[in-house]
Amino acid sequence: MIKRFTVLLLLAGVGTLFAGLLLGYSPDGELNATARYYADHTAPDIGAANIVTAIIVTYRGLDTLGEVTVLFLTAAIVGLVLARGRRRTRTEQRELPPSGELLTTGSRLLVPLILLLGVYVFVNGHLTPGGGFQGGAILASAILLMLLTDPLRRFSHRLISALESTSGLVFVGIGLLGVFFAGGFLDNRILPIGNLGSLFSAGVIPVIYSFIGLKVGAEFSSMLVSLSETEDS
Amino acid sequence: MSTIMLPMALLLAAAMIGAALVAIRGDSVPIAMLAAGLVSLLASVLFLLLAAPDVAMTEAAIGSGLTTFLFFFVLGRVRGDSKHD
Repeated sequence: MIKRFTVLLLLAGVGTLFAGLLLGYSPDGELNATARYYADHTAPDIGAANIVTAIIVTYRGLDTLGEVTVLFLTAAIVGLVLARGRRRTRTEQRELPPSGELLTTGSRLLVPLILLLGVYVFVNGHLTPGGGFQGGAILASAILLMLLTDPLRRFSHRLISALESTSGLVFVGIGLLGVFFAGGFLDNRILPIGNLGSLFSAGVIPVIYSFIGLKVGAEFSSMLVSLSETEDS
Repeated sequence: MSTIMLPMALLLAAAMIGAALVAIRGDSVPIAMLAAGLVSLLASVLFLLLAAPDVAMTEAAIGSGLTTFLFFFVLGRVRGDSKHD
């Protein structure tokens, strides 16, 4: 009874809080000072058509490095916990129902297209919505589709970890190059800015975002692969 | 927000609340997982309506794609283990 009363009281409190916010809300007629700064300065300074990407990779590049590190830690911990479990081998595999004809044939068609879409999303991160994180997640979903089709399929852990660590090192290395050849850590102007809107523009942003995409894709894939490989932990 | 967008956004919000209720109150675990994925999918459409395509992409790929299948992986492992015993 008391529990139910507390829940109702909490709900009423949250309700009044949100009602107050909603009633006091009026949409902004124009951009505020911070948004105005980024909207005005992104195209001439950074040269990226997508302002969100310019903020993520250059203005707030250090935050992105932190995010990538958190994701790396997560993947490492998942791998560490699952490595203690017994490896599933082909002989002691419990009987799995065969994945249907539709899934097998469909994935043969879809996996290359999904990989292509993922690469497109992170290579064009400075022009169109999306970027390294989104593209990496799309790459990992192609790996997921392959695992759904054949749960016994094995991926090379050596390849995944080499890809992951190389991308991370290149990301930090490009950031350090910015200290020496441009304005500071992760400054994108170590390459020419180029024409706004063309593929080779915005300095080093497409390079950094491609490596972030590969890194994120490798991390998600390693999580999925280790989950699928261990029998029990 | 234009006049067409507002009813669409309200419809999406109502569908999200419905899917969330199915996820919380439903009896079947797989249906609850699918409903939770549906909440993410509808949220990504809502983000798109609110002119945030970057967030919408992340939500669609991670929230409704990878997370849902992660739940199914774990569900399969839990059920497989209980069958062994």
